[in-house]
Amino acid sequence: MDNLLLIQNGQAVSRNDIPDLNFSVFQQVVLEFVLRDGFVVQFFAYENEQGALKLLAVLRSGVNLYVTGCSLADEYPSLTSECEKFHMFEREVAEQFGVRPKDHPWLKMVRYHENYRGKEDVFGNDYSQDIPGNYPYFTVEGDAIHEVAVGPVHAGIIEPGHFRFQCAGEEVFSLEIQLGYQHRGAEKLLEQAGQPLLRLPVIAESIAGDTAIGHSLCHSQAIEALAGLEVDEGSKIVRTIALELERIANHIGDLGALSGDVAFNPPLNYFGRIRGEFLNLTLIMAGNRFGKGLVRPGGIAFPVLEEQRRIMLEKITDETPGITNVCDLLFSAHTVLARFDHTGTVSHSVAEKLGLVGYAGRACGLAYDARINFPTEAYDSVQANSNQRTTGDVYSRANVRREEIMHSLRAIPELLVKGVDAEPVPVPGSYTLAPDSFVVTVNEAWRGEVSHCLLTDKDGAILRYKVKDPSFHNWTGLAMSLRNQGISDFPLCNKSFNLSYCGFDL
Amino acid sequence: MLKVIQNRREQGYRTTKYPEEPINLYSRYRGLPTVHQDCDQELAHRCAEDCPQQAIDADRMIIDLGRCTFCGQCEIQSDGKFVTFSNNFELGTTTREALLTSGSLPALAEHSKKHFKSLFGRSLQLRQISAGGCNSCEADTNVLGTPFFDLQRFGIDFVASPRHADGIHVTGPISNNMKAAVLSTWEAVPAPKVVIASGCCSISGGPFYGSKDIVGDLNSLIPVDLYIPGCPPHPLTTLHALLQFFK
Ligand code: SF4
Repeated sequence: MDNLLLIQNGQAVSRNDIPDLNFSVFQQVVLEFVLRDGFVVQFFAYENEQGALKLLAVLRSGVNLYVTGCSLADEYPSLTSECEKFHMFEREVAEQFGVRPKDHPWLKMVRYHENYRGKEDVFGNDYSQDIPGNYPYFTVEGDAIHEVAVGPVHAGIIEPGHFRFQCAGEEVFSLEIQLGYQHRGAEKLLEQAGQPLLRLPVIAESIAGDTAIGHSLCHSQAIEALAGLEVDEGSKIVRTIALELERIANHIGDLGALSGDVAFNPPLNYFGRIRGEFLNLTLIMAGNRFGKGLVRPGGIAFPVLEEQRRIMLEKITDETPGITNVCDLLFSAHTVLARFDHTGTVSHSVAEKLGLVGYAGRACGLAYDARINFPTEAYDSVQANSNQRTTGDVYSRANVRREEIMHSLRAIPELLVKGVDAEPVPVPGSYTLAPDSFVVTVNEAWRGEVSHCLLTDKDGAILRYKVKDPSFHNWTGLAMSLRNQGISDFPLCNKSFNLSYCGFDL
Repeated sequence: MLKVIQNRREQGYRTTKYPEEPINLYSRYRGLPTVHQDCDQELAHRCAEDCPQQAIDADRMIIDLGRCTFCGQCEIQSDGKFVTFSNNFELGTTTREALLTSGSLPALAEHSKKHFKSLFGRSLQLRQISAGGCNSCEADTNVLGTPFFDLQRFGIDFVASPRHADGIHVTGPISNNMKAAVLSTWEAVPAPKVVIASGCCSISGGPFYGSKDIVGDLNSLIPVDLYIPGCPPHPLTTLHALLQFFK
């Protein structure tokens, strides 16, 4: 496989080693790989030092990770028309660099912003106008058809996004999701020239605040690879625990919310409170309920001492029986089962075609878990989890989360009895990055595969910083789950995915 | 049914007695800082230079809590000589200037606008707008509805329609793509109405300061009545601010 470079998660390689193919070879290699059980981790463009536009693809298959690249013209034949997994990525490249993928079946803006090169806009938008911009929603024609538009501001404390349903009566034919409202220009800010590196961890942990640990791990591992920083074993264990606490807190909150969505209030309230206990455990370590400030390139900013270790162990021992019982209450209530079962089903084959990740993928039988396939931190000592029911419906997504909660509750005490002694890192930013290098990091955050990709120039400055949140893959899964569903099932389906708006919007 | 009763017994009654009884957050929580005025100038300047948020003014020996994310780096770096963070979570203010502090904030209750107290003291309905927020401010506002905090016992609630609201509670650095929605939501709230900026993003752009894709300061769009700093503000910071400002 000369045309694909085998790489390791979180290990820097020289940019010169990345294949630089001509486009037609690149297209053939990448399509062949992905159509034969491969998945897309990253697919993005960048301008090199000479101003030439380049395209890079990071692909995975099993436990192997590859990278390859090519030059990119202002127009190229779309890969999406042959393989759905590229759909959102190609739209993103088009938006960021003003490049047109010809015959892309659904070419529309992703986030609504001007492209980085000052090229003519692919979508014909005038960015001096505020959103919603210039694009026609997919419509279904017919006498009995009606359209429902929801958002961007929703009824609740929730992030903004626009949902457009095409329905016949109660039944949804098509749901189109338009995001971009949360776009803050995170990637551009991360690669801003001349800016001190110590700003980056703070930006990274705010890409998606509910995934602060997931994103800051990806960021820190990438910087560690490029700066040659060693991380001690204690720090790795603490970082692993932090990621698992993040997983538990989010899953528990969502199980409660799912229960609320089917009007079964006891678990909603119990899990609402219990979720808080886990955020407070993160505060015990980090001084912040979301773990902001904890993970920094080189290790952790705050040590976990005997006192914190004891509090965490006690709390987890105390709460585990209650969590088990409330889960039992939720999953044995007939009214709940009647609503979870066979609702919002995404078939295995659709999930595979779209490349769903995280619990959304696992609930459809795509077993991929980056903790197992590309272990970082202390994950090679954590036993793999497995899922009992993978039929792709709300029940499966809820049940996978329940299984993951129980798995993490077992894993954390095992990690805590190992040595968590670690020297906190000094002030970040007092290091330089290797020049002309490339690194990709992959971690299984609570929603699934988070990945950061960095390219440095000849002086070691960041030339391109590419971020991918798992939601980038999974929003299309939510849209598919609504096909032929009652529109009143939308909140339930939505919560079962619970995707990130800001993680997608960057 | 038996399971419902059994779980109800196990879970018990968990609502905090705050504000009747004080609550102590764990010592690691970073709340109101004290800037040590006797700190060596050179050390103070080094902390200022290394602050990722450019929140420290070493000449005036103050920290801008509207920019600070409470990351704690300056405390670690100076070994507590320049600044120490207390676990006092009472951080809300009525002016932007008051957030530039060396360690004391004006008593919020005395500075709140009296007519807001009489109008909304018994019942306050807010419309929350996430405008580029990372979802941690949103999440830690949402938890005020859980049994531990139980915000509704104070007559305060978050509502779905701006038409039913007495004001807006804004999180996030106001992405350009949310600017129109923020303004039209605000316009839809009947006057008199209150505007709350929650989290360092809505106050100063937070971690995203300098991005051309954000407005970065809610007050530049709509006059802000109440500032709640933090990244995100602790739920108790929000609860304290709402109670002091409106009750
Ligand atoms: S705690 Fe605040 S002032 Fe100190 S370094 Fe962090 S952001 Fe700056």
